[in-house]
Amino acid sequence: MTAKSDLVKKEKLDRQIMALRVAREFKDGNMVNLGIGIPTLAANFIPAGREVIFHSENGVLGYGEITLLGEGDLDLVNASGQTVKPAPGMCFFSHDESFAIVRGGFLDISVMGAYQVSEKGDLANYMIPERQVGTIGGAMDLAFGAKKLIIAMNHITKDGNYRVVKKCSYPLTAPKCVDLIVTDIAVLEVTRKGVVLREVAPGWTPEEVQVLTEPKLIVARDCHDMELM
Amino acid sequence: MPVNKVVASFDEAVADIEDGAVIMVGGFGTVASIASCLLVALDRKGVKNLTTISNSSGFGADVWQLQGAKFPEDMDILVRNGRIKKAIVSAPVSALYVNNFEKLLREGKVEIEMVPQGTLAERIRAAKAGLGGIYVPTGIGTFVEEGKEKKVINGREYILELPIKADFALIHAHKGDRWGNLVYRGTSRTFNPTMAGAATVTIAEVDEIVELGELDPEAVVTPGVYVNRVVARPKEAAPMGPITDAQAKESRRRYEAEVRKAQRKREAR
Repeated sequence: MTAKSDLVKKEKLDRQIMALRVAREFKDGNMVNLGIGIPTLAANFIPAGREVIFHSENGVLGYGEITLLGEGDLDLVNASGQTVKPAPGMCFFSHDESFAIVRGGFLDISVMGAYQVSEKGDLANYMIPERQVGTIGGAMDLAFGAKKLIIAMNHITKDGNYRVVKKCSYPLTAPKCVDLIVTDIAVLEVTRKGVVLREVAPGWTPEEVQVLTEPKLIVARDCHDMELM
Repeated sequence: MPVNKVVASFDEAVADIEDGAVIMVGGFGTVASIASCLLVALDRKGVKNLTTISNSSGFGADVWQLQGAKFPEDMDILVRNGRIKKAIVSAPVSALYVNNFEKLLREGKVEIEMVPQGTLAERIRAAKAGLGGIYVPTGIGTFVEEGKEKKVINGREYILELPIKADFALIHAHKGDRWGNLVYRGTSRTFNPTMAGAATVTIAEVDEIVELGELDPEAVVTPGVYVNRVVARPKEAAPMGPITDAQAKESRRRYEAEVRKAQRKREAR
């Protein structure tokens, strides 16, 4: 078995590929909210012919792709502040309406980043660890409200510490809310029995993923390489 | 006498906002949604010890000038000039950018109450709607529930959240008429219609004032009854100083690089 220190350095998937894998979770007709960072990139990987409707907290449903530089309208942005293109069927609404959509359970999928996820599906992502300041924004409402919560994050910290943990050491955004974790080496499902390893990145084995994961993983019977095409 | 809520200048619009006032400022994070000119006028008036209610705590004019905004001042103008005593806010700091509010927070120079964004919106709406409080599921099992009444309703746990009302609401709309009816433009709607009416005095900064009857009644978003004052932006913005903030330049560079990279990926497919 390879030593942990070697696995920390071993090559992992890049942000774009992680976003591509996240996008494979979106089904025809899904209402999806994308958080800042890797999740936002997932909008670029929707297969042709699949209709996915994106919600953004700042009051828009059904916006198009991110515009070219300098071509955007500053009155049409996603929650990351990037200018996006208008699209047929798009609509605007106020902030209270936007969160009625979130809290009321009308979103099929919410994708966001995280610092830590526990084996029970607890989420910690509002306190910025290295700066010890926090920003909640819409993350808490999305974590409580979306039907399915997908976390897209690196599997370990830059220092090689666990991010998939037994118990979060950072303050919680929401308890028991995470359904699926897409990392740069694996796809993990949070179940009542524990964390199930569903897929590994090409070149990685379940044993290696376990070394970089604090809780004991349940390896799915059909655990396979991530399907990226 | 005809109803006329239009006031001639931004200074006149904020003239009665005094030290210690509780003010609500509409918009999201991006400056296009924010009542920029009202904030500049309020800063010019020199008020102190404000309690502010807003979604974010600002990034500063340079960030928005680099994005091409004509009216680039956001909450940062009140933050950097030390006008805020306490901020009730959802997204005070940024993972990608160290703003001036974060610096004040570290130095212990500002109080904060951090509120989940949806709860902030609904507490404000509750104030407008005359409600005594709302039961919200968001925040159960986190710091948000500390010290608050909880209740199980239909098998689910909720937190009692109280309304947030202000002395003044400063909002930004696209068009308004002399009755205070307002329409918005795109994603610049956000907290603006939510806050309209949730303060003793609601002041709307609009891109354009139109004649009564010109707004399609089917499309009016904020009924004039919530609005007390309407003030129009000038056609042209006053010239801004040179962009000096190195962090703003760096964040713009990173943003442009990411957009270019995404574009190349898209073209490659």
